[in-house]
Order: sequence, then C-alpha cells, then structure tokens
Amino acid sequence: MNSFQQQNALALLSGDEAVALAALDAGVKLGTGYPGTPSTEILETFDKLGGKAQWAPNEKVALEVATGVAFAGARALVTMKHVGLNVAADPLFTVAKIRLDGALIVVSADDPGMASSQNEQDNRRYALAAGVTMLEPSDSQEAYEFTLRAIEISERWQVPVLLRMTTRVCHSKTIVRRGTVTIPAPGPTHFEHDFPSRVMIPAYARPAHVRLRKTLAQIAAWNEQSGPNQVIAGSSSLGIITSGVAFQYVREAAPEASVLKLGMTYPLPIEKMRAFAESVDLCTVVEEGDPYLVEAARTAGIAVEAAPEIFRFGELNTLRVRHILEGDETPEPKRAAGKPPALCPGCPHRAAYETLKKLNCIVAGDIGCYSLGVLPPFEAMDTLVCMGAAIGVGLGLRHALPPEQAKRVVSVLGDSTFVHSGITGLVEMIYNPPPTGHVLIILDNGTTAMTGLQEHPGTGRTLAHAATGKVVFEDLARSLGVPNVYVIDPTAEPEKFEHLIQSCLDKPELSVVIARRNCLLAARSIREYERCNEHN
Amino acid sequence: MSTTNVVIAGLGGQGVLKASDILADVAFSAGQDVKKADVHGMSQRGGSVTSDVRFGEHVFSPMVPTGAADYLLVIAPDQVEVNRAALGVSGVLIEPAVIDESSLPNKKSLNVALLGVLSCRLDFSVEAWTAAIERNLPEKLHEANLQSFSLGRAAGKK
Repeated sequence: MNSFQQQNALALLSGDEAVALAALDAGVKLGTGYPGTPSTEILETFDKLGGKAQWAPNEKVALEVATGVAFAGARALVTMKHVGLNVAADPLFTVAKIRLDGALIVVSADDPGMASSQNEQDNRRYALAAGVTMLEPSDSQEAYEFTLRAIEISERWQVPVLLRMTTRVCHSKTIVRRGTVTIPAPGPTHFEHDFPSRVMIPAYARPAHVRLRKTLAQIAAWNEQSGPNQVIAGSSSLGIITSGVAFQYVREAAPEASVLKLGMTYPLPIEKMRAFAESVDLCTVVEEGDPYLVEAARTAGIAVEAAPEIFRFGELNTLRVRHILEGDETPEPKRAAGKPPALCPGCPHRAAYETLKKLNCIVAGDIGCYSLGVLPPFEAMDTLVCMGAAIGVGLGLRHALPPEQAKRVVSVLGDSTFVHSGITGLVEMIYNPPPTGHVLIILDNGTTAMTGLQEHPGTGRTLAHAATGKVVFEDLARSLGVPNVYVIDPTAEPEKFEHLIQSCLDKPELSVVIARRNCLLAARSIREYERCNEHN
Repeated sequence: MSTTNVVIAGLGGQGVLKASDILADVAFSAGQDVKKADVHGMSQRGGSVTSDVRFGEHVFSPMVPTGAADYLLVIAPDQVEVNRAALGVSGVLIEPAVIDESSLPNKKSLNVALLGVLSCRLDFSVEAWTAAIERNLPEKLHEANLQSFSLGRAAGKK
C-alpha cells in the first residue's frame, strides 16, 4: 500500500484493500461490520487510510447503523462474511424497499470451499431473494471500481447495493490503478420527514414493495445498456457466460472462447445474455458456487450448458474450469492436505478443554479458535452450528436428555461470540432454565482471535484500539440474575477450575464461568494498548 | 513473455506471506503484471500456509494451477512432500536444507534467505530485491534480512 497517496498511482492491493481505498475516495462517512474471514481487512484498511471504521457487536447491528447513516444522506459501507449476512438478513430484506438518501453498500465476502467457515453458501441468492442490486468484482481493480459504481447506483436509485466478493477476490493481490472511476463528492447530510418511504408499517410497505420492483426494472434496463458487463470477442463455436473470479479461470483455461463477463449479476441483463448465447454454437455457464446464472438463464428460456454437480462444491480454479469445458468429471489432482490447524502451544483454551474432557462433559460449542477443541488431543466439543448457538443448543440438550446426562451439558463460547449473539442466549437461560440448571463457560481471551485479533465491545477498545465503553460479562450476568458467576484463569489454576466446574455441574442452578486469560498472540499488544490508553 | 509461477509453502508464523509479498513487490516494481493468492484465516495457529505468486505480461488466475509451478519454495521441511504436486515437470524445488540455518543472523529470516536462493534464477536485480525487502519489513529487521538474502544468494549460486 506504499503508493496509496497519489491519484492514478499503481499499487498491488488485495480486493479488501481496494474496497477500502474506494470507500476513502468516495468519502464514505462510516464503515462498520463484524470481523469475518475473508472480509476483515476492509475496515482495518479503511481505518488505516484515515476513514471512520468501527466494529459492531454483530452484522445485524452494523447494517442497521449503516442504514441510519444512509438515511442521513451520507455514504455507508458495511462489511461481513457470507454467514454474517444471515444475521443481517432481517434488516436487509426491508431496507431493500426503503428509499435511501445517501448510499448503502453491503459487502458480502463469500467463502466457497470453506477455508474458514462453517458452511458454503452462495449469497448471490440473497440479492435475488431480497431484491438487492448486486455487483461482483473479479479482481482488485474491479473491487475498487465496483465499490465506486455501487455508490453511484445506490444514490441514483436510492437502494442498497450488495458487493458480492469471494475469498480469492478479497485476499488475492492484484494491481490497482487509483482514480479510474470518479464520482461526485457526497452531498451534505440532512434529515427530512418522509413517513411513507421509511416507516415500513403495512400501509406504507405495500407500495414500497411495488416501488422496489419498478426500480429494479429500471436498473435491469440500465444494466442491459450500460452495466459493468463485458463481452470478449472470440471463437463463434464456444461462448462462456461467467462472473466474479471464475472469469479469470475462464480466460486462462479457454483463451480462444467468446466470453460474456457479468459485473452486475442482479438484476441480470437477460437480453444481453440471450443475444450472446445466440451468437455462439455452444454457450456454457461457468460460475463458482450455486447454479445461479444457469437457473436465471434457463428460466428466461436461454439455452446454456451447465457444469456437472461436482463443480458446485468448493472453489473453482483454472484446472477445474478446463474440466468443466471438457466435460471431464474424473477426480482432479489435489495438493495433499497440509498440517491441520491446532490450538497454539500456550493457548489459554487448552486448560479449559483438558478439564471438560476429564469431566466427560457434553459440550455445546461455538465458532472461534476454540472450535479446534473438537480435534485431538481434546475432542471436547460435541456441537457447532452458528455464532451464539452454544447456549441455545446446550439448553435444548438439558431440556431433552435424561437428568444424569443433562447434568453433564455445558455451553462453551468465546468472548467476541458471546457479544455477537450469545447475550440473547443468556437471557433465554434465565427465562427458561432447565430443571438440572445449566453451565455457561465464556472463554474470554480478550480478543477476536480467530479472525486475526480484532477488538469487540467486551475489550473496551475501539477498532483502532482506543479506550471506549466496555461490556463486563460478569456484571452483565449478575444483572440478569444468574446466581453463580465466577471469573477464573484455568491456565493459572487448573485444579481450582476443575473443582469449580464440577461443583457447578452438581447443582441444579444456573452458572456462568468466565475463563479469562489473554490470547497468547494478543497479550503483548493488549498490554501496549492498555498502557497507551492510560496515558491518554 | 509467459507467466512465471512460484508457490511458497510453510507453516503459520514462518513468514510465508511476507516472502510472497516481497517477491510480488519485486515483480510489480519491474513493471510486470502480478497476482498473489493465499488463504488467511486459520493459519496463524501453526497450520500449513501456502502462497502463490504469478507474474508476467498478463496474469489471469491468481492461483498457480496444480502441477504448473516453475518454482516451489518450501520453508518447513515437513511441508515439502505435501506440496510437491504443485511443481511442474521441469519445475525447481527450493528446500530449507539448502540453507545452513546456523549461519543465519536469526531463524526467522529463513524465508528471506530462500528468496535469495530463488533470486539467482529470476531476472531481477539485487538492488530491486533489496528495495523490496526494505519496503516490506520494519527498519530494525533490514540488516538481518539483507544478510540472510545474501547468504541465500550465495547458496543459490553453488
């Protein structure tokens, strides 16, 4: 990022960095989100470049904050990984229909192949389901340009825009020329009452939905004529329709083919696709993930070939695309699996898992570094569903299992995950306690370790590590009426920790145990931040 | 000009990504098209890490197709076999064994020493490498890493 400062300068940037640079160039007022691979670096970079960036407790809150920013006439950027959009789906579906005054850009960073995720979902489906305009960059230059175009589109049609990225676009570094797209500077922020546009009671929401469909028809017409789509003329025997990073593999695997590369993939330029398909003898769709473009084309009566089902799973690459085009379904050569990740030597979670294994607990687990507790040597995690599910799933097990088994159930989740979506689970625990009671262990290592050591509301520091309000877990649990609340460091006092957990399991009451010790990788930085913040 | 494909492999914490940053920077500074791909996420906990760097006149995919690497540079001995399939038929393997680790100013600079070995086979000047190393590392690490680079270069010329 050395030559960031000059316009027209070239730099080798990741897609995430390119989005941040575009946000800076567009005068984005606020960037917010929740850390999640592969999206995390967008807000971190935006902050480093001088933008206002902050972590929200979760993606739903982030999208709501960003919506307020756009209601005020400013430009907002909200970032998350694919599963984060599930959390933010509630506001997304309604904000799609609300008239915005500023710009609202939602980045969904999908993880096909699940380098670091619990499921493989294709968030292009969200654009279709919610009626949200969507752009799909294929490299860092497009990540830069499409972010700016997305802001332009968002303001022109007063709708949110989904910038759908994938791991390889987010994390690959490719060359970016700055200043290739310029958009007008943001206008002044302001607020005017407009009840029918922004208050989605049924009487106002019905016309809002009709308005959205009309707007989408206008955007589709624009996309047909002027959208960020590209035809690369080639052989008339083979045509390929593609989008996102798959475009790069297509160009490498079949340099001779004609290509229709779609940049705006909702609403689709269906007539452009039809004309392209008719211009070639054989038209194939190459896309990573679900058969989203294939289904849209076929629904419109466009004859296209699709990849066999096996190519729906995992990431694509040049070889796989070659196989798709050759109709070759034989198993592909793979690089052998390397050394699997494990809890670091000295990780504070180790002591906690040793105890849970020793006590033969049934562990409802959650998402974070501590998910690795499922692997040898611990094998001390029995369930993992989604962020925050540890508590609900643990309670459900307690409700249903016979008492002698129910008494062994514990819910385990990390500090950042607890803030993200564990607090409502804790409320459920108070409200509907199982007859055998329950034990919740918060593994508080003082950071969002899994995604690369980000701050969260429980650390009391902002994204940029400055002091701010802090959610104190033990105070929160006590204020909610949990009778047994303990704070302990299992690494320093393993025997005491074991006795404590055993005594909690033995009584039919609710207990919250906060196992607190800073992540080994973060400890030094945390001391440094604390020292700086004390002096300020 | 065809595309040059380099795969760098090792374990989390060994500087795989730093090495690929430096290599990508050298090629970028020489005016070539460059793409670099790696998967972040669970790597800082000691798992396998690989990073692909491709450069040439025009690069499409950011990843090196399996079996197409011109150079496979491996920092951890136990990562050689698991990554061997990345290498092309006439590809060159650069293993940590080519460096006498005890001669390095510090063990953490093995990544840069191996870049020194690689540098003998690529068409970039020592000055360009030096500049890229300095751009990508904090100043207090310059001396040790430039020394490691030179040691690697000497080993590569043997």
